Amino acid sequence: MTRHLLAIDDLGDDGIEEVLRLTESFVEVSERAIPKVPTLRGRTVVSLFYEESTRTRLSFEAAAKRLSADTMNFNVGASAVAKGESLRDTVLTIEAMGVDAVIVRHASAGVPVQVARWVEASVINAGDGWHEHPTQALLDCYTLRERLGSLDGRRIAIVGDVKHSRVARSDVAAFASLGADVVLVAPPTLLPPSLVGWPVEVSHDLDEVLPKVDAVVLLRMQQERQNEALVPSLREYTATYGLTRRRAGLLSDGAVVMHPGPMNRGVEIAADVADLACSVVTRQVANGVAVRMAVLFLLLAAEARP
Amino acid sequence: MTRLLVRGGTVVDETGTRRADVLIDGGAIAAVGEGLRAGDAGRVLDAGGCLVAPGLVDLHAHLRQPGHEEAETIETGARAAALGGYTAVVAMPNTEPAIDCASVVRDVLELAATAACAVHPAGAITAGRAGARLAPMAEMAALGVRLFTDDGAGVQDGRLMRRALEYGSALGATLAQHCEDDSLAAGGHLHEGEWSSRLGIPGIPAEAEELMVARDVALCRLTGAPVHFLHLSTAGSIALVRTAKAEGLAVTAEAAPHHFTLTAAAAAGYDPVYKVNPPLRTDADVAAVRAGLADGAIDAIATDHAPHPPEAKEAPFDQAPPGMLGLETALALGLTELVGGHGGAGPGLGVEALLGLLSWQPARIAGLTGEHGGPVEAGRGANLCVIDPDATWTVDPDRLASRSRNTPYAGRAMTGRVRHTLLRGELVVLDGEAQR
Ligand SMILES: [Zn+2]
Repeated sequence: MTRHLLAIDDLGDDGIEEVLRLTESFVEVSERAIPKVPTLRGRTVVSLFYEESTRTRLSFEAAAKRLSADTMNFNVGASAVAKGESLRDTVLTIEAMGVDAVIVRHASAGVPVQVARWVEASVINAGDGWHEHPTQALLDCYTLRERLGSLDGRRIAIVGDVKHSRVARSDVAAFASLGADVVLVAPPTLLPPSLVGWPVEVSHDLDEVLPKVDAVVLLRMQQERQNEALVPSLREYTATYGLTRRRAGLLSDGAVVMHPGPMNRGVEIAADVADLACSVVTRQVANGVAVRMAVLFLLLAAEARP
Repeated sequence: MTRLLVRGGTVVDETGTRRADVLIDGGAIAAVGEGLRAGDAGRVLDAGGCLVAPGLVDLHAHLRQPGHEEAETIETGARAAALGGYTAVVAMPNTEPAIDCASVVRDVLELAATAACAVHPAGAITAGRAGARLAPMAEMAALGVRLFTDDGAGVQDGRLMRRALEYGSALGATLAQHCEDDSLAAGGHLHEGEWSSRLGIPGIPAEAEELMVARDVALCRLTGAPVHFLHLSTAGSIALVRTAKAEGLAVTAEAAPHHFTLTAAAAAGYDPVYKVNPPLRTDADVAAVRAGLADGAIDAIATDHAPHPPEAKEAPFDQAPPGMLGLETALALGLTELVGGHGGAGPGLGVEALLGLLSWQPARIAGLTGEHGGPVEAGRGANLCVIDPDATWTVDPDRLASRSRNTPYAGRAMTGRVRHTLLRGELVVLDGEAQR
C-alpha cells in the first residue's frame, strides 16, 4: 500500500475501491451519537496549508479528530514564508516535531511530491496548483456511487476550465479507474495543451453531450480567464458552456450535477440550476470528512480495522 | 617555466588524429612529433591511452560574478571549467550589475586574471539587459569583447535587434540571441506538451523559441551581420538554422548537453534541478539536436552552466530559477551520449567531430582562434587538455568544483574524463585534480 497520497494514480484501482469501502464504514461512524473511533490515538497529523482553504482544512481536521489523532495546524502565511524560510526548511522543522502525516496544500503544482521526498511522514495532497486534488476526486466518486451505483460504463462530463483545474486532473484519473467514460467539454483554450495519455474524449458542444451523460461535473470559472484572452468574456462562456436552465432540461432523468465549489452562480451554473446541484454538493461536504478519514486510516493504520 | 613533455598520447585537432608527443616550453608548444625528449629539467606526463586535444571552449557559462557569488565565482567557475577540459569560457553578462559597459568588463577581466581558465566576458546588447536601448558596445569591444547577448532574455523588439546587428557589424562583433518570445513563453516553466499538461505546470511552447529564430534569420539576411543562436532546443529551430546556412547566411548555433540528453519527462517528480531555460523538450527534439550536431546545423556544444545555491532549487518548481551545472560534465556527456560508450543511442559521432563541437568550432565563433582551439602545432599557445576517453566515473554533486550542486546528472555513469588541462603551458589540472 502506498505511503503517500500525492495523486490518484498512487492508489491504483484496488486502492480507490478500498478507500470507497472504508468511506462507507466511516460514514456510518459519522452518523453515531459520538462520531469518534480510537484508531489513530497517539498519532499526529499536521496541516500545512500554503494556500488558504478553510473548507478543505476543516474537513481534514474533523477527519483526523474523529479518528482520535492529535492535530496541528501550521499557519504558514503567518510565520515561515514571512521570514523567508525555504519550503524545505519549513517542512523539516515540522518533521522534527514528530508527525505521522502532513497534509499539504500549495498554489504550486508538485509541492506535495517534493515534500514527500524530504520527510518520513505520510504526505497527503490537499490540492497543489493545477496538478491534483485527490481527496476531492475520491469524494466525487463516493458521492456519484451513492447516486448511480457502479461507475463502470457510466458516462461523465467534466465541463469548463480543465486546464487550470486540479480537481479535473484527479477526477479524470479516478473516474477512468472506476470504469467510467469521461468527456471533457470546454473551449480549446481551457483544455490542457496536450491530452496524450488522458483517458478522455473531448467535445466543444455541451448541448450535444448533456443528453448522453449520467453525471456532469462543473468546474469553477475564474474571472481572470477573460483577462488572459482564454475566453472573450464570462458572458460568452456562460452562453456556450454554462449549465443554463435550458441546458439542464437536456439532462436525462437521474443524471447528477456536481460542482467542487465554490460555485459562481450565473457563470458556469445558472442560479436556479445550482439548487438542483446543491443537494449533491451538501452531500459532498458530509462525505468529505468520511473520505478523508478513510485516506488517513489507509495511510496510517491499514493494519487495523475500524 | 619548466619544459613539459606530454608523451604517448593521440593528438586530435582539426587537422586530424595521429600518435604524437607534445613538447611544451614557456607556455607555448615547442614541438609535436614522435619520440620527443623532455631534456634534463623537463617533466613528463604519460598520456598513454589518452587524447591530447586543444583545450575546450565554452561559449556559454554563467559565472555569476559580480552579484551572485553565493552561486558561483569566476574562481570556482573557472576551476570547474578547467576540470572539464576547458581553457576558455565566455562568461554571460546576466550578472548584477550586468556586464553592459567597460567598467564591468574590466572588473570581470581583473577577477579572471588568476583564474584556472581564460574568461572572456560577453557584453550585453542592451543597457541593463532591459531590452530598451543599446549598451555601449564599442567601449566593450575596445576591451576585447567579441560576443554580445542579453542572455537570460531575448531582445524582444525587432527594430532594436536590427539596430544592434547593424551597429555591431562595424565592431567585428557577433550578436548571440537567447531565442524566446516573451509573449508566448511568459509564465511557463516546462516545455509545453504532454508533461506540462499532465503535471499541471504552465508550459513554454517550442514556438516561443522558433519565432525568434525565424525573426533573427530574417534580420541576419537584412543586415548581413552575423547571428549566433544560443542553446537551440527544438527540432523546428534547428531546421530553420539548417535552411539559413544552406542559403549562405552568417548564422551559427550551439546546443547544450542537457538538450541532447534529457527530456521533459525528467521533471515528472517536480525536482527543480530539471528546470532550465530553454526547457527540456521531447524525444523528437533530442533526436533533432543530435542530428544537428552530426550534420553541422549546430556548430558548437555550449554548457549553459547555470549554478544556483541549494535553497534556490528547494523551492516549488514554478518558483525555482532555471538552470543546471554543465562545465564538469559536458565532455563526458558528449563522449557517452554522442560518441557512444555507455548506451549511446547517438548518431555515432566521431571523437574528432565531438572535439570540433567542443573546441575549435566554438573558438572560431568567440573569435579566440589565435589562442584557443588549436591546432596542436609548434609555436601555438599551450592551451590543451588530455582526455582519458575510457575512464568511467559517476557524477557526485558533492565532488564538483562548482560552488553549486545543481547537476541533473547525480549518480549517472559517464565514460570519458579529463586527466590534465594546460593553460598557457601550466598544469591547471593534474590527474583530475585542480591545481589552481
Ligand atoms: Zn539563455
